[in-house]
Amino acid sequence: MQFFFEVLITGLLSGVMYALVALGFVLIYKASGVFNFAQGAMVFFAALTTVALQEKFGISLWIAIPITMVVMIAFGFLTERIVLRPLVNQNEIVLFMATIGLTFFLEGFAQLVWGSGVRALDLGIPDEPIAAILDSAGMVVSKFDVTAAVICGVLVAALAVLFNKTKIGRALRAVADDHQAALTVGIPLQHVWGIVWAVAGFVALVAGLLWGSRSGVQFALTFVALKALPVLILGGFTSVPGAIVGGLIIGATEKLAEVYLGPYVGGGIEGWFPYVLALLFLVVRPEGLFGEKIIRRI
Amino acid sequence: MIYREAGQFKTSYVTDAQIFPIAQDRIGIALMLLVAFVVIPRTATPYFFSAIMTPFLIYALATIGLNILTGYAGQLSLGTAAFMAVGAFASYNFMARIDGMPVLLAFILGGICAALVGIVFGLPSLRIRGFYLAASTLATQFFVVWCLTKVPWFTNNSASGVITAQQIEILGYRFDTPQSKYLLVLVIVTVMALMAKNLVRSTTGRAWMAIRDMDVAAEVIGFRIVHTKLTAFAISSFYCGVAGALYAYCYLGTVEPEAYNLDVSFRILFMVLIGGVGSILGSFLGAGFIVLIPIALSYLVHFTGLSNSVTSNLELMVFGALIIFFLIVEPHGLARLWQIGKEKLRLWPFPH
Amino acid sequence: MSTARRIGDVILKVDHISLSFGGVKALTDISFDVREHEIRAIIGPNGAGKSSMLNVINGVYTPQQGSITFRGRERRDMDTYEAAAHGIARTFQNIALFSGMSVLDNIMTGRNLKIKSNFLEQAIWFGRARREEIENRRVVEEIIDFLQLQHVRKTPVARLPYGIKKRVELARALAAEPSMLLLDEPMAGMNVEEKQDMCRFVLDTNDQFGTTIVLIEHDMGVVMDISDRVVVLDYGKKIGDGTPEQVRSDPEVIKAYLGAH
Ligand SMILES: Nc1ncnc2c1ncn2[C@@H]1O[C@H](COP(=O)(O)OP(=O)(O)OP(=O)(O)O)[C@@H](O)[C@H]1O
Ligand SMILES: [Mg+2]
Repeated sequence: MQFFFEVLITGLLSGVMYALVALGFVLIYKASGVFNFAQGAMVFFAALTTVALQEKFGISLWIAIPITMVVMIAFGFLTERIVLRPLVNQNEIVLFMATIGLTFFLEGFAQLVWGSGVRALDLGIPDEPIAAILDSAGMVVSKFDVTAAVICGVLVAALAVLFNKTKIGRALRAVADDHQAALTVGIPLQHVWGIVWAVAGFVALVAGLLWGSRSGVQFALTFVALKALPVLILGGFTSVPGAIVGGLIIGATEKLAEVYLGPYVGGGIEGWFPYVLALLFLVVRPEGLFGEKIIRRI
Repeated sequence: MIYREAGQFKTSYVTDAQIFPIAQDRIGIALMLLVAFVVIPRTATPYFFSAIMTPFLIYALATIGLNILTGYAGQLSLGTAAFMAVGAFASYNFMARIDGMPVLLAFILGGICAALVGIVFGLPSLRIRGFYLAASTLATQFFVVWCLTKVPWFTNNSASGVITAQQIEILGYRFDTPQSKYLLVLVIVTVMALMAKNLVRSTTGRAWMAIRDMDVAAEVIGFRIVHTKLTAFAISSFYCGVAGALYAYCYLGTVEPEAYNLDVSFRILFMVLIGGVGSILGSFLGAGFIVLIPIALSYLVHFTGLSNSVTSNLELMVFGALIIFFLIVEPHGLARLWQIGKEKLRLWPFPH
Repeated sequence: MSTARRIGDVILKVDHISLSFGGVKALTDISFDVREHEIRAIIGPNGAGKSSMLNVINGVYTPQQGSITFRGRERRDMDTYEAAAHGIARTFQNIALFSGMSVLDNIMTGRNLKIKSNFLEQAIWFGRARREEIENRRVVEEIIDFLQLQHVRKTPVARLPYGIKKRVELARALAAEPSMLLLDEPMAGMNVEEKQDMCRFVLDTNDQFGTTIVLIEHDMGVVMDISDRVVVLDYGKKIGDGTPEQVRSDPEVIKAYLGAH
């Protein structure tokens, strides 16, 4: 039983990080209706830029991070200008394909500029069991995981405030609800989209740093980010709480499945389990956990 | 004045119902077939067969498969390579386990296995659409490759998980040179492409396009959505399955399941997008284009003296940029450019 | 006007149909019938539930209550495919053509229930598949002539002007050789000339093929001119039913609907 909880907690903690990546998707989808497949590539790009800046210019992490931040914001605005603006009013699938193109471009670009080896990233948070929990409950819970979860929690809360309490947030929501209406009341749409992409870039940076320091900064990060897709399927594309709950469910079930089911089938099921879970879930509830059922009009 | 429809009055619907109703198109196709079947086999080098023509044709076949599903039936899939893998590994097992199995039959059976898997993974499409479907096709991609890697039976208990395609022999003739393999692929791809062309201009194809464009209306007209979607998945997967088998037998020779990874799925999606969504001809154009880019880039890199790792990253960037470029500038891809070119030619030398 | 046609027995009867979406009651306890060969109009202000009524008749929406009797068979809920197979065809208020296909292909889709060959036969384009394609093409060409669409035969429908699109949609419905045709505002948004054309097509269809027609239309002039009987809906309830003359003089209808104009 104790082992079960240990696995569960590890799973939930990594689920928080999935949720963070998923959040980047939700932000962009809500505000611009673009399903941004490139979110994973952005995570990779951000993490790689941070380590490579340190490596190439010998600067410290705390200088590299803000520089990367600026790069990500610039990337966000450039994407809006170069890719999305010409495609405005196209259907969702076309935009989705464009972000697949963006993914490839960004992955190639990142490795072309910074090289393609595996890099270590040290945030100075040790990946060791928390002594108090180990002593009292005998469970191994990583300090790093807990810190990462706390950071994610704070970020999610901050985004919730940004979305619900600030003027920009209100504009974002207005845009999300109805593009046309937002335009007629004079909300500068392109501006808003640029901001959303920049925020998504920031979220990608945080996710990239956390994932990167846990498993090394490498191309495989893009696959970790792909896991955000089943998270979104569970939670629905437009729901912030959905992304969080979905992330936790995916994180927990994939770890549990790996530990309890894996040995019977030769292991490695983490790679597909979330997708199959999401798929089965979809068949039962096509509108997601938090989505509403719609009857299509004709 | 070269390309003219004028003067070719259709005396009956029979002539209009030909596969290529315009005489110049018929001549064009005949010329291309002549080049493919006669000129190239006589002149090309082994490198040209095995590095360019054979993969081009195989990718074109897979692209037709994906185009049926995505371009005609409107169901976005990111799992094309998984169906290719099923086709390849199924064909391999039919060959390995049944004595005297004719290789062409093994390809067809491989395709049928892929079709069955396609139907199973197509079931969610009955309830979900758009990105939800696209995301769920990733399940196919990861699950199938994992299965083929983890279950030793599929690779005939090969320790490394790698299979070596058996010798291809048809009616006593051995296909063991690059040239003969090319010809075999060419025959299969030509026949299957013509069949695809027939399918998309008949009721099956119209049913696919109808559910793509407006599924409620399609249902009201009497198309059965379930049946239509699942045939699209089945036939598309069949094409991909045969392409996957050819990929193993006529191109790579030895393969592991990882050879059919997500990257291949994306590559084929790019061929569809660049070639032309919903176009059989476009499938060839897109495949040709995407096969040639890495070759062109490697020449470029070679001449400019850049390092080799640059090529693969440059390739990713070029693919990505091209996709975005085409989506913005010509969403109907090379097929539409071809069409426009033909129309220009038709008016020439009178520009108006 | 309807002297040449013989209006027959009731072929469609809806009884006590109620339909709601979440909290919105689109239809409340609606009953009426349609006789063979007649032109039956459904009128009512915006949001009255007219389109929803058609959607119930051919099974796009599932009503919570009531039953539908078509050709003697009573059903709780019509099945869309079955409706088509039994000869109910339909046009839509917001054009629902297949935008990626040509006019010809759109109309050909209307013939799909007549095609018996399977996909393998179609793939090799041999025997039955080829015969059927040519035979159905002949019928479609007749419809193209009837609706005067020859000049746009090969044009992708997305490029057509609104009025022509409406006509193509009618052609697609007619291609099924339906025994009953449901038309949802076929003349909306047309100029006078286009309206006259459309009116003529509807009347000719009814006259030449004996097709029963259920028609939603806002233009009262048209409705009074061409329909045999009229149902009036308002806020999802039926407030009138009868010949155009009866409906026109019904005080409740005048109050709810005509008075507003
Ligand atoms: N698919 C749906 N989902 C939710 N509500 C719907 C749906 N279809 C119709 N409604 C609602 O049902 C009511 C009746 O709509 P309906 O389209 O049938 O009206 P109508 O009489 O055709 O109006 P109009 O003249 O504007 O076409 C409206 O309140 C509408 O909002
Ligand atoms: Mg209506």
